[in-house]
Amino acid sequence: MPPHPETWLHPRPEGLHCVPGDFFIDPTRAVDRAVITHGHADHARPGHRHVLASAETLAIMRVRMGESRAGAAQQAAAPGEIVRINGVGVSLVPAGHVLGSCQVVLDYEGSRAVVSGDYKRRRDPTCAPFAPVTCDVFVTEATFGLPVFRHPDAAAEIAKLLHCMSVFPARAHLVGAYGLGKAQRLIALLREAGYDSPIYLHGALQKLCDLYETLGVPLGDLRPATVADKDALKGAIVLAPPSAVADRWARRLDDPVIAVASGWMRVRQRAKASGVELPLVISDHADWDELLATVEDVAAPEIWVTHGAEAALLRQLSLLGRRGRALSLIGYGDEAEQE
Amino acid sequence: MKPFADLLERLLYTTGRNAKIALLADYFAHRPDPERGYALAAIAGALDFPGAKPAMLRELAAARTDPELFALSYDFVGDLAETIALLWPPARHEAPPGLPDLVAALRAASRAEIPALIEAWLDASDVSTRIALIKLITGGLRVGASLRLAKLALARHFAVEADEIEEVWHGLEPPYTALFDWLEGRAPRPAQGAAPVFRPPMLAHPIEAADLAALDWSAHRAEWKWDGIRVQLVSTQGGRRLYSRGAEDISAAFPEIVAAMDFHAVLDGELLVIRDGAVAPFADLQQRLNRKSVPAKLRAAHPVGVRLYDMLFEGETDLRALPFDARRARLEAWFARTAPARMDLSELIRFASADDLAALRAGARDAAIEGLMLKRADSPYLAGRPKGHWWKWKRDPLSLDCVLMYAQRGHGKRSSYYSDYTFGVWTAAGALVPVGKAYSGYTDAELHRLDRWIRAHTVASYGPVREVEKAIVLEVGFDAAQRSTRHKSGIALRFPRILRIRDDKPAEQADTLETALSLLPG
Repeated sequence: MPPHPETWLHPRPEGLHCVPGDFFIDPTRAVDRAVITHGHADHARPGHRHVLASAETLAIMRVRMGESRAGAAQQAAAPGEIVRINGVGVSLVPAGHVLGSCQVVLDYEGSRAVVSGDYKRRRDPTCAPFAPVTCDVFVTEATFGLPVFRHPDAAAEIAKLLHCMSVFPARAHLVGAYGLGKAQRLIALLREAGYDSPIYLHGALQKLCDLYETLGVPLGDLRPATVADKDALKGAIVLAPPSAVADRWARRLDDPVIAVASGWMRVRQRAKASGVELPLVISDHADWDELLATVEDVAAPEIWVTHGAEAALLRQLSLLGRRGRALSLIGYGDEAEQE
Repeated sequence: MKPFADLLERLLYTTGRNAKIALLADYFAHRPDPERGYALAAIAGALDFPGAKPAMLRELAAARTDPELFALSYDFVGDLAETIALLWPPARHEAPPGLPDLVAALRAASRAEIPALIEAWLDASDVSTRIALIKLITGGLRVGASLRLAKLALARHFAVEADEIEEVWHGLEPPYTALFDWLEGRAPRPAQGAAPVFRPPMLAHPIEAADLAALDWSAHRAEWKWDGIRVQLVSTQGGRRLYSRGAEDISAAFPEIVAAMDFHAVLDGELLVIRDGAVAPFADLQQRLNRKSVPAKLRAAHPVGVRLYDMLFEGETDLRALPFDARRARLEAWFARTAPARMDLSELIRFASADDLAALRAGARDAAIEGLMLKRADSPYLAGRPKGHWWKWKRDPLSLDCVLMYAQRGHGKRSSYYSDYTFGVWTAAGALVPVGKAYSGYTDAELHRLDRWIRAHTVASYGPVREVEKAIVLEVGFDAAQRSTRHKSGIALRFPRILRIRDDKPAEQADTLETALSLLPG
């Protein structure tokens, strides 16, 4: 009988540890050997000795943390490639979260676990879609693991932004969006909606947008907001990290409409507390329906939950007759809080 | 219903008072009768559907969701209407009811028919309409805009004085067609008659150091600022009412005051629990608030009275345009003549110099005194908070350095943030004992920081409450300390708020219970 994944895949303080392969998936501190699902800072930490990830994720890590800190030895796994580590087959399958994001498929002596990292099921013009892989244990996030989170159609939220721009044509629309993934997805969605004017960027977003373009994701006319003529910003879209939206940086804009694109915007008081005038419910994480659909799609009899609102998801799994387990891994979700 | 729901949503996200007034004015200008009237009634809290209660909504939601998932969702969202609206299955095609239709249908329906009505409406609505609908029918509409703002919006849009609307208001009924007919020039101003209507009270500004330095002391009068609730007593041919300063009719909770209003006048004063001439702490008055009726025993144990500050009308005569000194003279003469039961006059404090007052303020140890009021001798009685007429000069807060012990998510604006903090001080035996709970005073940055810290340093959870590591010292300010039998520490703090996070202080160096007890009066 194949060994149950709980005998060879253990939660440890550093992160999820594959015992026979002696590597960690998304470890939260520097380790000897790491497999990284995607480039967000709470999953991709600097200083590992050996890093296995998708080519895009490695490129993102190099841009964000510098060549030397992105892993002493970097190994890119091509789509469909199976890397063997001490008898464990490791392959990377798209997770649909951000560019380069992958699920880690682990095969060991006939038993299969899939560690999904962060993921979503909605269409995203900037990255490959999530591909469900049948497995014995599916390891999932639950950032939006509450039935109140049902993300609306992203195109409708973009339409809300464009409508607001027609109501306030003289005001800059400052949109808070996380720098890796969210910002580029917003830009791509705006372009799909026919918005082809220049989009102005906070300096912190520039490098990753450049990288996306290099990696084949066209984003159109992007200009730095910092050096732009003040009048040019009137009636324009300006993107900045959420932290900059409420900061002194935003003072260069004259009476801007403050928007934030995040799944958290679904809850009114939370949106309000962040000082938002125009909440845009656009998320790069699976909502409640997507989490449950994914559990069905991968047909796993057992689901492990890494982080997020695990209590509700575990409850729903028990109602569905599935075995659920909270790993309570510490250190994830810091970035998701502002996702 | 959708335009009203949209208005509510926009009001929620709009912070500026003028922008809110503009949104309300735009709504009243463009929506037809009687919809806008019912919207106004909803903002006024004047729509009551006794057959629809939050428990019924809970049952409807429970029939469609697992109770545990519902509880977890409610705990996260922090608002019942929003939780139900978000949990409700998405509409297949949206056709929300119109506001007047909704009101008519609810009024016509029997109690047993109401759940099916609501269910059908929820099925046909989008999320924001569902939220508005639930809040409206359960009477929990907190719109982020007061009735006062709505009246200001009407005044601005229809170019009348806000006070004119205020004075006709209490004689009107939803959907206020008489009001809109008058505002749009189709009918004369509605008769105010002798109805015991509320008049907007005059409020004071907190005085800052610069104001103090610039004050012409000889032109001002001083009174104690009492820690009760500000009330307006209105007694006319048409009846007697006791109003809170927010225009809420609280007559039913204080029948002995209403019984004592055996005169025709409109008076401004402070409602207090007074025993043998001494004002009891605010906690005593709290026992009497928010009641629809009051048992005789409670009335005897917590006797209330009104300390009179001002007189707005004597009989039918409007005194509001008179200077303060003249109104005060009328009030004193009237009081001597009438000698109403359960009332006394707020004392005018004699002083020769600013230093006299500063010394009095610093020396006031009575827990029922919040500080001093300074009123310009020539001020007319003006509605609202006019600048440069009345000042409140509160006592400096007391403070204690306390250790954060427990945290809970807030409701309303702070929901989903750990924003309610229980804190304690050290006993002689070296244990922490809670002395209070505060949910204000901090900046947004401090709130976010504490929220983050609490999530990472939780040692135990009790339902919605997290117990945290005993490592953060909070400087807690409060107006007074009171003896308490309800708290293990034996002390309760009045108006506690977080003054700052004492990063410089390790938890062991926080204050002791002995220090806290030394702040008790007497």
